[in-house]
Amino acid sequence: MELKREDPEEAKELLERIKGLLKGPVRFMEVCGTHTVSIFRSGIKAMLPPQIDLISGPGCPVCVTPPEEIKRAMELALNGDVALVTFGDLMKVPVGGKSLEHLKAEGADVRVVLSPLDALQIALREPKKRVVFFAVGFETTAPAVAATVLEAKRQAVKNFFVLSAQRLIPPAIRALLEGGKVLLDGFILPGHVSVIIGKEPYGFIAREFRLPAVITGFEPLDVLESIWMLLEQRRRGLSQVLIQYRRAVRPEGNLRACSLVEEVFCAVDARWRGLGVIPQSGLKLRKGFSLWDAERAFGLLPPEPIPEPAGCSCGEVLQGLKKPPQCKLFGKVCTPSSPIGPCMVSSEGSCAAYYKYGGKDGQG
Amino acid sequence: MARDKVLLAHGAGGRASLELIKGLFLPAYGNPLLEVLDDGAVLSLDGVRLAFSTDSYVVSPPFFPGGDIGKLSVYGTVNDLAMMGARPLALSLAFILEEGFEMEALERVVRSVAEASERAKVQVVTGDTKVVEKGAGSGIFVTSSGIGLLWPGASPSGRNARPGDVVLLSGPIGDHEVAVLLARGEFSLEAPVLSDCAPLWELVQELFEAQVEVHAMRDPTRGGLATALWEIAQGSQIGVVVEEGKVPVRPEVKGICELLGYDPYYLASEGKFLAFVPERDAERALEVLRSHPLGKEASIIGRATAENPGTVLLRTRVGGHRLLEPLTGRQFPRIC
Repeated sequence: MELKREDPEEAKELLERIKGLLKGPVRFMEVCGTHTVSIFRSGIKAMLPPQIDLISGPGCPVCVTPPEEIKRAMELALNGDVALVTFGDLMKVPVGGKSLEHLKAEGADVRVVLSPLDALQIALREPKKRVVFFAVGFETTAPAVAATVLEAKRQAVKNFFVLSAQRLIPPAIRALLEGGKVLLDGFILPGHVSVIIGKEPYGFIAREFRLPAVITGFEPLDVLESIWMLLEQRRRGLSQVLIQYRRAVRPEGNLRACSLVEEVFCAVDARWRGLGVIPQSGLKLRKGFSLWDAERAFGLLPPEPIPEPAGCSCGEVLQGLKKPPQCKLFGKVCTPSSPIGPCMVSSEGSCAAYYKYGGKDGQG
Repeated sequence: MARDKVLLAHGAGGRASLELIKGLFLPAYGNPLLEVLDDGAVLSLDGVRLAFSTDSYVVSPPFFPGGDIGKLSVYGTVNDLAMMGARPLALSLAFILEEGFEMEALERVVRSVAEASERAKVQVVTGDTKVVEKGAGSGIFVTSSGIGLLWPGASPSGRNARPGDVVLLSGPIGDHEVAVLLARGEFSLEAPVLSDCAPLWELVQELFEAQVEVHAMRDPTRGGLATALWEIAQGSQIGVVVEEGKVPVRPEVKGICELLGYDPYYLASEGKFLAFVPERDAERALEVLRSHPLGKEASIIGRATAENPGTVLLRTRVGGHRLLEPLTGRQFPRIC
C-alpha cells in the first residue's frame, strides 16, 4: 500500500506555488472519472483558486458505454441459462427505464465481480450456465480480460464468453481535440490507464495540439502537483507529456500487459456515449478467439444506436461542454437514487460526484 | 427509473430506504411515535419509559470472521435500544429457516445467541420458528425485537443534538461490513479484518453514570457514519463539521476501500456509536469511553454548528472540505 499523500502543509505550499504561477483563467481537463472523484472527495475542488477550471472528461467506463450495448447485454441476461457477469455500477444504468439491477430483481442471473477471472471461475463452477462477461472499461482492465480469455482457451472452457464494450482513452482525447468544441489549456491524464500504456500514446497532444499534459496519480497531493506542473509548462511555453505519477508509471508502460491485449483484441471503430463513433477506439476479440466471443457465439448483430434520454446532458458533460449543474435535469429529475443518465449512476461519473460531494446545487 | 419492483437498494439503509419509509410506510400507518424515525420508539407506561425496537438480520454468509447472524441479532437490537438511552431488558427472536439448512449450523447460531445475550445481560423471553421451502429463503433469517428501560432523565434522540455539541465516535468504522464482504468471497480479497459486533449498553451506561449529558446517539450500521451523521443533522436541524483526520479507520479497511473505490464513511459497523454531547462534557465523555475496552480508540471527530442545518461537512486531511451525503443505494466497486 502506498503512503497517503495528503499532508496539509505540503498542500498549502503547492497551492501557494500554483497561485504564484496563475496569470489568468485556465481550463484543464481531468480525463479520468477516478480523478474527478478524488478531486471532490479530498476537498481539492474547494481549495483551488477560482481561475482554475477543472473539466471532467470522458474517462468513466460506465458513462461512455452507449445504451444500445447495455441493452444488448440485458437481452442476453434474459436467456434462462445465461449468467451475465459484469463490473460494478453498470448494474444501475437505466436503459428504457430498466437496469440490470431491475432484471436481477425480476429473477435474471446477473452478478458483479471485481475481476474477469472471477467470471471464468463461475463458468468452471457452474458448467450448465453460459457465463457472459460483459466487459466495459479502458486500457486499465483490458489486460485482465485478455488474460482471462487466454486462460479460457488454455482450459478449453466452453461456457465462458466475453461481450466486449471496452474502449481506448487516447483516441477519445484525439476526438475531443479534433472536434474543437471544448477549449482546453492542458490535460490531467489518467494514472491507472498510463501504468499500462505509458506516455507515448499521448504524444500527439503535445506534438499536434501544442498542449501540456501530465500523467497524474490519485492522491490529493498528486493532483495539486500535476496542476502545478501544467502551469509551469505554460509559464515556460512548453507542451510536453510529463509523468507526475512516477511511483507507478514507466514511460514505456507495461509491455507484457500491452502484448496480452494485442494478442487477444484488435482495435475497431466504436461508438461512445456523447462522442459518437471514434475511429479505432474500441476493442473486439480477434478471430482466433471467436469461440469465446459472445457476439459470435450468440449471433449478435451490431446494435442500433439508442437516442439519449430526453433532456439528459450526459453527452455534453462527457465532452466537457457542460458541467453537471448546467443540465436542467441535474438534482431535480436526475439524482443518484433515480438517475436518468449514466453520469449520475457511476461512482466515477461527474454528475454523481457533483451531486454527492457538492450537494444538489453542485457548488463544490 | 421503473419503480415497480423492490430493489436491493431499498434495504441498504440510505436514501432509497428512507424513500420507502416516507413514501409508503408512514403514509399508511404513521403516528407520532413512529414519525420520530429513531432506532426505536419510546413508550411511556404509568410513568415508566420503555424503549421498543426491532430489526431483521439477513446477513450472508451467516458466519463471518468476528461474528455470526446469532450474535448480530442480539447485539443489533440491544444496540438500537442503547442508542435510545435504554438498558436492554428482554428480546424476542424469530427464526425463518430454509428447508435443508444444516442443523449443525443452526446449533452454532443458537449457541452464539446464548453467549451474546449473556454478554449483553438480556434474556430471550419469546420467539418463533418458521421453515420455508428450499429456494424460498437463503438459509437463515432472524428477526429480533427488544424492550429496554430508559435511563432516568436521559432522552437522547436524533432530534436533540444542538449547535455547539461535540461529536464523539467510539472507535474505528467499517470493520463489520469489510469482514462480511471478505467472508462472502465475491471479490477474492483477503485481509485480517474481524467484525466489530459488540453490545454497547455498558459503554453508554458509563457515560450516563459519569453525568454526561448525551443529546443524541446513533450506531453507524447500514449506511455507515455518513448516513448516521446526516440523519442527526436532519433530525436536529443542525450542521455537522467532521475532521477527516480524526475519524479512525483501520489500515486494512482503508486498503480494501482504496482497492474497491469504496468510501469508508458508508461502511457498516456493529459495535461503534456516535454521541453528541455538550462541550463541557466532551473531555469527560472521551475519558469514559477510552477507559472501556470497547471504546479505547474513541475520538472526538467533529462538532455541531448552527450554520448549514441538515448538512454534514467533512474537512479533509489535505485541508479542503466536501459534503458528506447519505448513502444512495448500494456501493459498487469501481472499474477504473
